[in-house]
Amino acid sequence: MATNARPQQQLAVWNDPQAVPYVHIDRVTKKFGDFVAVNNVSLKIYKKELFCLLGGSGCGKTTLLRMLAGFEEPTSGKIFIDGVDMTNIPPYERPVNMMFQSYALFPHMTVEQNVAFGLKQDGVAKHEIRTRVDDMLKLVRLQQFAQRKPHQLSGGQRQRVALARSLVKRPKLLLLDEPLGALDKKLREHTQFELVNLQEQLGVTFVVVTHDQEEAMTLSTRIGVMNAGEIIQVGTPKDIYEYPNSKFVAEFIGNVNMFEGRLIEDEPDHVRIDSAELGGTIFVDHGVSSAPDAVVAAAIRPEKIIISLERPEQADNVAQGIVKEIAYLGDMSVYLVQLASGKVVRITQPNTYRHAEASITWDQTVYLSWHASSPVVLSE
Amino acid sequence: MKQSSTFRLSVLVFGFAFLYIPILSLIVYSFNKSRLVTVWGGFSTQWYGRLLDNDQILDAAWLSLKIAAINATGAVILGTLAGLALARFGKFRGRTLLSGMTTAPLVMPEVITGLSLLMLFVVMEAMFGWPAGRGVTTVTIAHMTLTLAYVTVIVQSRLSTLDDSLEEAAMDLGARPSKIFFVITLPIIAPALISGWLLSFTISLDDLVIASFVSGPGSSTLPMVIFSKVRMGVSPDINALASIIVLLVTIGVITAGIFLARQEKRRQRDMQMAAAAK
Amino acid sequence: MNARAEAPRRHRQSAGVQLILDFLQRLPPYRWTQARLVRWGLTGRTLVTAVPYFWLLLFFLVPFIIVLKISFAEARIGIPPYSPLLNWVDGSLAQIRLNFATFQNMIQDSLYWKAYLNSIKVAAVSTLFCLLIGYPMAYAIARAQSTWRHILLMMVILPFWTSFLLRVYAWIGILKNNGLINNFLMWTGLIEQPIVMLQTDFAIYVGIVYSYLPFMILPLYSNLEKMDLTLLEAAADLGAKPFKTFLTITLPLSMPGIVAGSMLVFIPAVGEFVIPELLGPSDSLMIGKVLWQVFFTKRDWPAACAVAIALLLLLVIPIVMLQRAQAAEARGAHR
Repeated sequence: MATNARPQQQLAVWNDPQAVPYVHIDRVTKKFGDFVAVNNVSLKIYKKELFCLLGGSGCGKTTLLRMLAGFEEPTSGKIFIDGVDMTNIPPYERPVNMMFQSYALFPHMTVEQNVAFGLKQDGVAKHEIRTRVDDMLKLVRLQQFAQRKPHQLSGGQRQRVALARSLVKRPKLLLLDEPLGALDKKLREHTQFELVNLQEQLGVTFVVVTHDQEEAMTLSTRIGVMNAGEIIQVGTPKDIYEYPNSKFVAEFIGNVNMFEGRLIEDEPDHVRIDSAELGGTIFVDHGVSSAPDAVVAAAIRPEKIIISLERPEQADNVAQGIVKEIAYLGDMSVYLVQLASGKVVRITQPNTYRHAEASITWDQTVYLSWHASSPVVLSE
Repeated sequence: MKQSSTFRLSVLVFGFAFLYIPILSLIVYSFNKSRLVTVWGGFSTQWYGRLLDNDQILDAAWLSLKIAAINATGAVILGTLAGLALARFGKFRGRTLLSGMTTAPLVMPEVITGLSLLMLFVVMEAMFGWPAGRGVTTVTIAHMTLTLAYVTVIVQSRLSTLDDSLEEAAMDLGARPSKIFFVITLPIIAPALISGWLLSFTISLDDLVIASFVSGPGSSTLPMVIFSKVRMGVSPDINALASIIVLLVTIGVITAGIFLARQEKRRQRDMQMAAAAK
Repeated sequence: MNARAEAPRRHRQSAGVQLILDFLQRLPPYRWTQARLVRWGLTGRTLVTAVPYFWLLLFFLVPFIIVLKISFAEARIGIPPYSPLLNWVDGSLAQIRLNFATFQNMIQDSLYWKAYLNSIKVAAVSTLFCLLIGYPMAYAIARAQSTWRHILLMMVILPFWTSFLLRVYAWIGILKNNGLINNFLMWTGLIEQPIVMLQTDFAIYVGIVYSYLPFMILPLYSNLEKMDLTLLEAAADLGAKPFKTFLTITLPLSMPGIVAGSMLVFIPAVGEFVIPELLGPSDSLMIGKVLWQVFFTKRDWPAACAVAIALLLLLVIPIVMLQRAQAAEARGAHR
């Protein structure tokens, strides 16, 4: 595996080898018959984190979440929450609450009864239930809807009831299954920030399952990217985007241009890759840990490539191509440029000025350039 | 386009005429003065009076109502258990057999069900002395066996459309399985249970064949009494009885229809309000 | 689409019921009983399954085994009127006597054969007529305006809730010699003499079609109502005429509904007793009626049981077809 050197990060709890994980998933496997839904996953999540499990449908992220909640038993491996082994602890005795994708609000109960349900199961005193439910409804701004039934609420209000209901028991861990999936786009953006604020305010550890990379990037302290039952990479949103550890992650998160090539120069402070697809060499200003002559791929994000009509001077990497497509998206433009090898490169440029780059048009010959720090070298 | 809607209209008119003319004719002739039923002899309500004096019919009706009520209650309890097991317990040993035994009575000809249950009761009486003779008990058991199948199907299909994350949410919030059933599942599927009860009640009230096999002397149900009278030909007091039954059922169905329509309308309004108040 | 994300359904308030249940569960006897049962290894789950299971085994499965056994017994005069299958000698099972005489009789006696074949014929013809009347009705209801649809559907179901026996009885008044139809025809002068309709095969057909029509309409309706109307628009857009669209799109797609409805009519019609008894000729041969007569009139229990077994064998194929059609419908609903 190619590990790219990266700048020193700020000291976070997950970089501290001494830190005790709050949730410890230890080599957990879950099989349904012959199908392996979760394959030997180990994961450490720390207190007050907002951890996102990100992946496509069927990648095992929901199964992993349901094992944390206790709805599924791991086939092998163990789960510890706050140091306690969760094996054989049924869902109704776990210090964990879940917010369901469908919200699962009890349709025959009012908002207030829904929120009070969990406290009633624990035999909390009546007056305490009342104050805690009131506080919670105030927090999610639903006091005036306390007597309504779920079907009398809008989608956003239902989402907040579900959140209130799962938070009112002050769980050690809150699990959220696609928490914003049922909301429309505008509301979703607004609710994302609300969710982060609430999490910081209450200091509860969140584990969120989502298939939406934008949602994961906005919400989380760290992201675990999953595919086919395995965790591919764990890291902060920035790590995952700027330093993907595999072609899968690079392509799954955002757009990327991938140039296949061979490592022809391998020094600790720089490498050179000969790529037939590019029709030249790629100069990278950091070392990689691959064997010389290895077949690797250089991944370059579309926004890190500069497009120009004149050949730029003093550029680390330059390529030449013909503009095939231009898509104007308002805030930015997307250019598809075909190289001599036939490879199509995607470039995005912000539309900083109203008439910027208006001169670039279809079938023109353009120059593409990027900084030597931009490519990420991937071997798998 | 015009042509096809005329066609559809005439189909409906013809079809519903076929379904309703016999029922309407029953009612009209119940007000016929003549004993000959189908020969009009002037308007009269005398047959309704006669019906109220007919102790045989009244006793049979009372007996049938009692059996139907006990049957419906028992069938709902057993059918709910069976439906719950089939819809929620995943794959357990003997599930296929249970599923088969709850759907088979639905399509079994009544003569077979009646005959086989009678054979069972005879054998059981010979071996254990219970049930002693045939009567209300045996008819109720037979009807419960038939109608619990209907309730199972209703409950099972209701549960399968019920979002099972509701039950998971309750468990997640600290409720134990038995409590979840009573506090979450049961209240939500209550409308299905009510329709299951009504269906069981009606089927029991209506059954002639099975009851004829498994009832004994002195426990003739209403359909058995009607049947023995009808075999002799038409009789005006049966028309009166039919009219009363049709009236009761119509009132019941229309009330239920209006109630459901109102509820639906209120729900629609609530949802519009909710959407607007976002 | 995501099934979980759909809006909650309609529900009924039952706070009162909840309160009572809550209270009951706090009572000591409830907890005590629960603890006891768990100690015996009886969890809620096994209990929930075991009760209906035991009931159905005892009152549904065992009776069939008994019927099967008795059909192999010899008829005799006495109570019960059949010879025991098992003879107990010295407290141990001595012998099992199987008597095939009853089945041999059935095969040799043309009465049973005729009844068997006639039942199939009557049921099949009635099913066909139910389909011919029921399909257009189901189609018309499914394509009606939504406000009307519920009312029309309710009108189809309504007769079903009134007494079956009385609805059959109504036809006596309509079909008999001085009944509604004959009176009307004679009043118009179309006929001089009443047409004999009651106690004919015609009356049996009318009775079966009338009684079982709702069973045909309902599955057809639920199939046709679900149908994606854009398919029909697409066919029209591609140049198919309405009738052609019906033949090539609507009819094939409604096949599971047709099979389900047909089997729901055919199966009970084969074993029908009340309708041939009340409307048909006194010598009409329907297998359900034969079973009834053999049992109640001849009091030949083994023969009645043998007829029941024969009837059951006849219904195996239709029942399998019905279940396949219903499974296909259920799959379609998830698409």
